[in-house]
Formats: sequence, structure tokens, C-alpha cells
Amino acid sequence: MTKSIKLVGVGGQGTILAAKVLCQGLIEAGYDVKMSEIHGMSQRGGSVSSEVRYGKKVYSPVIEKGNADILVAFELMEAARYMDYIKPEGVVIINNHKINSMVTLNGKVPYPTGIYESISEKVKTTMFNASELAVELGNPKVANIILLGSLVKAMELTDIDFEKIIRESVKEKFVDINVKAFKLGLNQYQG
Amino acid sequence: MKKVMTGNEAIARGAYEAGVKFASAYPGTPSTEILENIANYKEIMSEWAPNEKVAIEAVIGASIAGARSLASMKHVGVNVAADPLFTFAYTGVTGGMVLITADEPGMHSSQNEQDNRNYAKFARIALMEPANSQEAKDMLVEAFDISEKYDTPVLFRITTRVSHSKSLVELGERINKEVIPYEKKFNKYVAIPAIGRQLRHTVEDRMNKLAEFTEQTKLNYFVDNKKKDLVIASGMSYEFAWEALGDSVDYIKLGFTNPLPKNLLAKHAEGRERIYVIEENDPYIEDFCKTLGIKVFGKDLFPYTGEMTPDVIKKYVLSTNMESFEVEADKVVNRPPTFCSGCPHRGFFYQLGRRKNAVVSGDIGCYSLAVGEPYNSMDWLICMGASLSSGHGAQKIFDLDQDNKKRVVSILGDSTFFHTGINSLINTVYNKGNTINVILDNRITGMTGQQDNPGSGYNLNGEVTEVMDIKKIVEAIGVKHVRKINPNNLEEVKETLDWAFGLDEVSVIITDWPCVLKKKYMDKDLESYENVFRTKNMVLQDKCVGCKACLRTGCPSLVFNKDLKKVSIDSASCVGCDVCLQVCPFDAIVKEA
Repeated sequence: MTKSIKLVGVGGQGTILAAKVLCQGLIEAGYDVKMSEIHGMSQRGGSVSSEVRYGKKVYSPVIEKGNADILVAFELMEAARYMDYIKPEGVVIINNHKINSMVTLNGKVPYPTGIYESISEKVKTTMFNASELAVELGNPKVANIILLGSLVKAMELTDIDFEKIIRESVKEKFVDINVKAFKLGLNQYQG
Repeated sequence: MKKVMTGNEAIARGAYEAGVKFASAYPGTPSTEILENIANYKEIMSEWAPNEKVAIEAVIGASIAGARSLASMKHVGVNVAADPLFTFAYTGVTGGMVLITADEPGMHSSQNEQDNRNYAKFARIALMEPANSQEAKDMLVEAFDISEKYDTPVLFRITTRVSHSKSLVELGERINKEVIPYEKKFNKYVAIPAIGRQLRHTVEDRMNKLAEFTEQTKLNYFVDNKKKDLVIASGMSYEFAWEALGDSVDYIKLGFTNPLPKNLLAKHAEGRERIYVIEENDPYIEDFCKTLGIKVFGKDLFPYTGEMTPDVIKKYVLSTNMESFEVEADKVVNRPPTFCSGCPHRGFFYQLGRRKNAVVSGDIGCYSLAVGEPYNSMDWLICMGASLSSGHGAQKIFDLDQDNKKRVVSILGDSTFFHTGINSLINTVYNKGNTINVILDNRITGMTGQQDNPGSGYNLNGEVTEVMDIKKIVEAIGVKHVRKINPNNLEEVKETLDWAFGLDEVSVIITDWPCVLKKKYMDKDLESYENVFRTKNMVLQDKCVGCKACLRTGCPSLVFNKDLKKVSIDSASCVGCDVCLQVCPFDAIVKEA
């Protein structure tokens, strides 16, 4: 059975690195894996999404609406934006962190409220502030690996040696903090 | 060895394994990473060309000189490259030649959805369509064999999802392809009419041979699931169809698609209950099936636009809609892409937005983001390099009205100027135009992800190279009124716009400040851009009155707090461009110490 993971966020949040590490782990575990992302204008503060699908044999690299087993939102409002992708029996992990868009920045339109409440009443939801935890660890950029840790726990992929993959995927001076971030993320997920 | 690769990485690997010696491209989403990855293989000479026509011409030369060679571009790039392609289709190749076209069903980052498979039919050349990364690599190697055996350029058509999705690839070894010793072949390569008339027959013979090949090749095959219905598909649509329909249907998978295999199609179409042609963009395969008298469901059933993703296929073939939650409109606001903090385009568009009589002729690049809030600047945007030339034509018509106050401001970037903007500027000067032309020189090709260009000082291999001096080029073309300004200096921008609007002859304004994402600098650049992106600004909270004047610069580092009615600056993203500082009427914005 093919599983589908959708990672969403805002350009620059490191969704792609998280998806890459995930992909590599799944491959080393012997799965067929496909990953998809849309490049282009997304890096200029736009909404971004990476999709990872794995199983015995995977055909489509893209996830259909209503077919994601897990949605990991690196930013609060992005969770709401991609709600139509999650399966009714799926899981949502939300980083409780807000990034303004051009329209909310200038105060004309308010940043939406009640997002967590609306999502958690429909589907199993875990929310915590990975961005704050990352700052506490000493580098705001590792929020993505914290979220990866939670995702790995939620998808029961803890048998895969992701620490090794992280070691191979990030620059040496960032290895320790990323490994710490991953472990922290594992413990944040309360299934 | 197996590796997970994007389609673009796999194509680069395929080029390496095929023994390619020369590759050229102009960046364009979703094709850009092909050349960036080819550049990692030192066995291949790889180059950024200023435009797609030049890229394919360099590649044609390399093929004539006996080397396997490759050009890659996005779909609209092939329009630019079409002229040499159609004649090279007549002459044929010496070293194998492949042109990669990256099409964009659904238009994720493009202005249109043209189906470049039509080019293969139009130019009478071979066409191949891989469905995933493994096929992208393997089929590219085979494309070079086909090119040489049948003496044809090969059009290699990928789509966004093939380019940018990752899947597993079994790697192979590089074939050692020696350069074929050069011989002058007047009757093959000198495309004068007398030779063209002979080559026209050669082309027809070649297509007849390829019509036999397409029936025999393993690139086209039947998948027998012992079912009554048949799906005919190529490229990513084939993967999507399997995902949606699995083994509930039989399949014909088409990898070699010009010419199409009529016998294979006719044979397996017989006695079917239903036949579906699943393809993105045009009814290319469908129309061919109809010429064979095969009754198929195609664009009459499926949408004529967008991607044929599994949900679309399920909806139209199985009449099943996936159950899904609705996105609640009040929980989401738009997040459009915008100029980065510190983007040198901000200061210019801030000032331009204050000119009510400006008609803005836009172009392709990051500055197209000025279409949105808060700039709303741009009256039209057509294609690469069109800003200067379409602006010229429009101004000529506006000026028919003696009382005309409208001034056309044509805007493009450095890379777009080198691409085809130079020709457009020549046209304006030659034909006594009087437009205001702005070259936003950020010293890099920005939108596609910071590729070097003739003005950046580096080539694709990171070697230092000649820097084309845009000001000198403009002056050499004959523009008498040229100014080079710092776009972050709002007073200078305003004064320069006053100057240009006051002239009744053609003028060129060059804004000179680097892209905030540019990574490599030459020493002399670092000297001229003093303290570039090394400072930060802050808001003195006691001085801020919440007037929001600074927010009109549209900088994402500025945050308005509704409760406090004050603005603050996100220190992590601010790079100290000082645009907001100059806008603040209360001197509440200062440099961080």
C-alpha cells in the first residue's frame, strides 16, 4: 500500500531538505519512493509544498486531494490551505508558527484565527512550536528537522536510521544540532 | 548503483552516459537544473547561452563538428530556437543531437501551455517522451543512437512533473564516444535553396524509416492485463493512469511519439469496449488515432487544460470523486510570491508607482512580481525581451494623439536584456522611438534561481569571464540619454525618472544593485556595492506613529502590529537596503548599531 506524505510551508523554511532526508531514509529501507515539488516562483515568500510517496511500487509522484496519510505544516496557515489533501483518517502535524504574507503584513487583512480548532475537530492533529524549540536549540533553521522527527514517529518509521542520513545530508558543523533536533521532534509527537 | 534523482538530474546523467561532449541552454523553469547538473560532469563542455536560439546554434555547430551535443530549454524557449531547429531538421546531424523541451501542463511557472510535441511533427524530427527519471536517463542515451542512426535531431519532451519529481535510477557507465573526424559536407550542411530541395526528400525518406522504427522499438509497447478497456498514454500521464486505474485496463505505453506507431495502435485497438487516450495539453495522440479510424475517448472526456493527475483520471474514467475536506476560506489568505527583503527592484517600483501617466511594458523575470500589491505596476507582459519593443510600438500609437500624456516605461532585467532585449533596443533607436527603457541590472538571472549570465562575470563552470558592460552596449547602440543609478537611493530614482519623463528622445536607465540571493561576487563588485546586505534597520518604537507609509514599499521584513499600531522590522530577514528608512516621514527607522 502506497503511503503519501505532504510537507507544506513557506519558501525558505527547509521543507525540501526535510523531504530529501525522508526520501533517502525510505530508499535505504528498501521502499520504492517518488517525490515531487513545484519550483519556480515559490522561493519568493510564496507557499511551498513537497510530496513524498512510498511503497512497494509507486507510480504517481503527486498526491491527490483527500489522499495524504499525513500533512506536516511548517507554518500554521499553510495547514489550513492544504486541508483538502488530507485523508479523513490521516494525521496533521502543525508547527505553531505564523509567517505573515504580503497581505497580512501591512495589517489590511488579519492573519486568520481558529485554525487549530477547525482542523483538530476534523482530523487527528498534533501542534507544537518547532520554530521556538529550534531557537532554544540554538538555530532557528533546524525547525524542519524537528518536524521531520515528529513525522517519522507519526508514520512509525523509527526503525530507519535517520540519524545516519542526517549526518550524510548536512554540513559537518550542523550535524550535532540537527541530530538533536531530530530526537527532539520524535518526542514531540504524541500519537 | 541506484540513486534517487529528479528527471532533470537523470537527464544530466544520461548526457554523461551517452558520451555527450557539448551542452548549452538558457535557464527556464522547469528545465534549468538540467544544465546546472550537466556542469558537474567535467567530461561535458557546458555553457549558458544568452538565449535559446544561440544555445541550439552552438549545439548544432558541435554536432556538425562531430560531437554528441545537447540543448535544453523550457517550452517557450523552443519558439525562440525554432528557426535553426527547422533547418537543422533538414540537414541532419553528424554527432548525435538532442533538444530537450520542458513543457508545463498546468502552467506552474509559465505564461502558456503550448504542447511542443507539435514541433516534432512540424519540423519532421524524432520525438521521445520519458515518464520518470529512469526512463529520462535511459531514453536520452538511446535518443543519441537514434539521432545518429536516422540522421535526425531528436526532440526530447519532458513535463514539469518529470523534471521536478524524484524517483530511483539505476546508473550506468559513460560510453566513450570519440568525436567523428570533421569532413566538409557541402551538400548536407549548406542550406541554400538548391540543397534544401534535395534535403526535403531526404527528410521524407528519414520519416519513412522512422515510421518502421516506431513499430519495432521497445519504447512503444502493449501491456496485457487481459482487460476489455485500453488506455493509450505517454510520459507522466502513463504513470498517472497506472496510479488511477492500475491493472483494470490494458495499456499502450508510447515512448517514441513521432512518428506514432499506427500498426501497434490499430492492432490493440481492435475489439475494445472503450479506449482512452490520456495525455496532457493537446490531443496529439488522440488526433492520430482518429486518422486511423480508431474510436477513442480523449479531450471530449478529459479537461483540455492542466495535468492529468490520478484524481482527474478517476473523475472522468471512473466517475469517482475523492472525498476530501474543504479548505475554509476564512482560515486562509493568499501568499503571493513577492520581492525578497533587500531586493533592488523595490526602490525602483516604489518610485515608479507614483507616476500616474506611466504605461508600464513588462517582461519575464522577478520584476514581474511587481504586478501585485502594493506596486500594481505593469500594463502588459508578453515574452522574453518584448518589453522594449512592444513598448516602442505602443508609444508610437499613443503619440498619434497630439495631447497624449502617456509615457511608456519598458522594463526588463539584465539577463532578459542579453536574451533578446538588445535587438529590441536597437529597433527603438533605429526607428526614432522615444520610450523610457529601464534595465534592472541585478547582476544575475534571478527568477530561475541565480544563474550566471554575460553580465555577472562568471560562466556556468564558475570561471571568471568577461563582464558585458550594459552601459557601454546601450551607448554603442546609439542611446544618447543613459544613466546608471542606485535603485535603493529613492531620491536618485525620483530625480532620474523626472529627467527621463522630461526627455522626448529614447532614454535608458540602468539600475545597478545585486540580487540579494546572489552568491558569488567579484572583488571589484564588493568594493562598489559598499556593505552590501551587511547592515540591518530598526524602528524606533517611540517615534513610530503607525502611519504605515513604510508599508507601501512592500517589504516582507516590515511587520505592522495592529494592537500597538506600530511597525517593527524583522531583524532576521532585513538586509539594510534602507528603502523604508527613506520613506518614513518621522525618521523612526534607523540603522541598527
